[in-house]
Amino acid sequence: MAEPRSSSTHDAQGRPLVAVTGLGIVTSLGRGAAENWAALTAGRSGIRAITRFPTEGLRTRIAGTVDFLDTNPLVAPLLSERFAAVAAEEAVAQAGISAGTGAAGFPGALFVAVPPVEMEWPQREALAQAAGGDGAITYAGLQQAAASRRFDAWHDLFIFGTVADRLADRFGTRGSPISLSTACSSGATAIQLGAEAIRRGEMAAALCIGTDGSVNPESLIRFSLLSALSTQNDPPEAASKPFSKNRDGFVMGEGAAALVLESAESARARGAPILGYVLGCGEKGDGFHRTRSSPDGAPVIAAMRAALADAGIEPDAIDHVNAHGTSTPENDKMEALGVSAVFGERAGRLPISSNKSMIGHTLTAAGAIEAAVSLLTIRHGRIPPTINYAVPDPALLLDVVATARDARVSRVLSNSFGFGGQNTCLVLGDEPA
Amino acid sequence: MMARDVVVTGIGLVSCAGEGIAAHLAAFASAETPRTDATTFAPYPVHPVAPLALDTQIPKKSDQRQMEPWQRLGVYAAGLALDSAGVKDDAGFKAALQLIVAAGGGERDYAVDGAILSGLRGAAEPGAFLNERLLNDLRPTLFLAQLSNLLAGNISIVHGVTGASRTFMGEESSGVDALRIGHARITSGQIDTILVGSSYNAERPDVMVVHEMGGFLLKPAYRPVFERGQDEHHADPQGGPPGSLGGFVLGSAAAFLVLEAAEHARARGARAFARLMPVANDRVARAPGSVAASLTRLIGEVGLERPDLVLSGATGLADLAAEERAGIQAALPGADIRATGDLVGHPMETAAPFGTALAAALCAAGTAREVAITSVGHRRGEGVIRVGAA
Repeated sequence: MAEPRSSSTHDAQGRPLVAVTGLGIVTSLGRGAAENWAALTAGRSGIRAITRFPTEGLRTRIAGTVDFLDTNPLVAPLLSERFAAVAAEEAVAQAGISAGTGAAGFPGALFVAVPPVEMEWPQREALAQAAGGDGAITYAGLQQAAASRRFDAWHDLFIFGTVADRLADRFGTRGSPISLSTACSSGATAIQLGAEAIRRGEMAAALCIGTDGSVNPESLIRFSLLSALSTQNDPPEAASKPFSKNRDGFVMGEGAAALVLESAESARARGAPILGYVLGCGEKGDGFHRTRSSPDGAPVIAAMRAALADAGIEPDAIDHVNAHGTSTPENDKMEALGVSAVFGERAGRLPISSNKSMIGHTLTAAGAIEAAVSLLTIRHGRIPPTINYAVPDPALLLDVVATARDARVSRVLSNSFGFGGQNTCLVLGDEPA
Repeated sequence: MMARDVVVTGIGLVSCAGEGIAAHLAAFASAETPRTDATTFAPYPVHPVAPLALDTQIPKKSDQRQMEPWQRLGVYAAGLALDSAGVKDDAGFKAALQLIVAAGGGERDYAVDGAILSGLRGAAEPGAFLNERLLNDLRPTLFLAQLSNLLAGNISIVHGVTGASRTFMGEESSGVDALRIGHARITSGQIDTILVGSSYNAERPDVMVVHEMGGFLLKPAYRPVFERGQDEHHADPQGGPPGSLGGFVLGSAAAFLVLEAAEHARARGARAFARLMPVANDRVARAPGSVAASLTRLIGEVGLERPDLVLSGATGLADLAAEERAGIQAALPGADIRATGDLVGHPMETAAPFGTALAAALCAAGTAREVAITSVGHRRGEGVIRVGAA
């Protein structure tokens, strides 16, 4: 019997092939894929001292904030919505696909990875002020202030579905938009959900977005209290150093990426240029600990292998790994362990790089941004560097790309791992497997 | 495209009505007023969760301590679902079991928040003060008790459900989305088994602040869902006649379902409580009549013709409840509509999974042959779920 073969529209398992026809990126390095690509391949860092709020007393005073876009009020859900909208505008424009409030709208659903939403301190303070009195402030006082009806507009601001709701209105996506979180692998999960829906034949296209604008005092302090952040504030651009011996934590980053996924059949039918394919998605849960991976790395390994199996390829077919590479002691060790297990001795000559060295850890957005960068890597045949790789960790037997490297890259494994035992990996490629 | 039957093989329920299938069937049959606490959070009534013997589902005290109430409720109900599916001790089954959780976020430290807000009033340098207090007063592990995806994470840790998890957010509609995507992945052959569910803790003052903004909460006492709207204590934020809007009474609840390909359940000799049919949901722009029309269309989409019962997740907002009932009646004239809000209150993301789990239990008990579950979100989203006898 002949081996199953992929065609121009279906993969070897007979499922609709999932093409990428548009992408958009916003990070601390700039707006748009072109600006980001130029900065990433030049090894430029977007990490800087935080100016958005006072950082007195904080152990970490740096981040990869997106300072060229703002909102009023400046709160995480609005920033996240803004970044997502800018990235998605770029993606749908590149795809040349219908989108917007017109009759046609976008021919598919919205899957958007958004950071958890909560009322923030300036709003709590405003309620406290409205509560009046000199006594201790309590939630009962905040409730009374809320009952004044003066703050009704904030209800929608601080519930979880609003970012997706507004994006769905703006781009005219179909059906119920899905807001999701798988912590730091959320962006990859948004892409996975879109790919699965297209493979099921539910829709011809999906708008998949990961976005995060949550660099604010409490978010930063929460990560700081878990000892997750780098405290090497000076100079800011040297703090994020994935796979280095002296790495000491991640640097928070902001941004968004949007991908227009489309069945290859639909993309070809309308003559849309295909930027690449989502060939495989893999995931595996880890029940070991809330923030740490199983010591044997089994779930991380299983997620990578699941992505390869889903793509129908062997490890040898991967040309490059776009690492999760957070720059925490734990993540980079476990990721290296996983890569070594999956790729064997080839791990030592398989180029691996972490975009987080330049843009920081964009958290909810990371999986989407790094998938978009992976596609640019394939298209340009150039691997962005892992900057600050001055003191390699000798325990990690990896080929870390320290300066931008020209290479033919046909298939990329993009890794995303998160708190709560979340492991999601994507295989992106230039041609069907 | 494959189209496999999907069955419910596990049910886990926790609410003010108690825990487990029998307690909820009894509460449904009695149709008594749900247990309500109108004093602790006055002027807001809530339906508090029944006391739980946490050790029975979360054996390690260290795990219990690492969680806030919303997570404990959810992990507890997930454990009940695994028990009822007969897979609690089946490590292989649980290692392959996928998971979708519909959730918001976790509780805050109310004392810390209050102290910081009080201190900020007189602080010479508010920014530095806030930094200092948060750094010193926030418990480091509180973050993990707040993160939306950490209910799923705790289910993985406590119960060993480690296929892979995804957390959907977005209030009521996320509960419908979780069921829709879970069903679609099984019926299409992408996966064989999935645990789908949600939990909500209503007994927390921060959510009352959020929902008081907008005037969505019923005050000062519980009234049956479909009788709300003449409540004189409710002020109309749009300046309409006082008391015309109704409102919701938040309820603490958790509901989880083990969904399984019918052939997979048969092969392992599992009992199917009920069949879950394809789930339909949408998000129409809110305008007079749009919600009713959407529901009518969705009922047609799932192929419902003569359900014995409609379990409505109506929030208690009078205009939406009226539209919901009109939309149901247009498609299913004479349908018997019961509000799950009259059983457990409004548990937000958990409303649709709760209704679906109860419907499956009613089918398994022979009380109903087919049940429709409807969901109309307080700000967005309409959904219809169809459950039938196995």
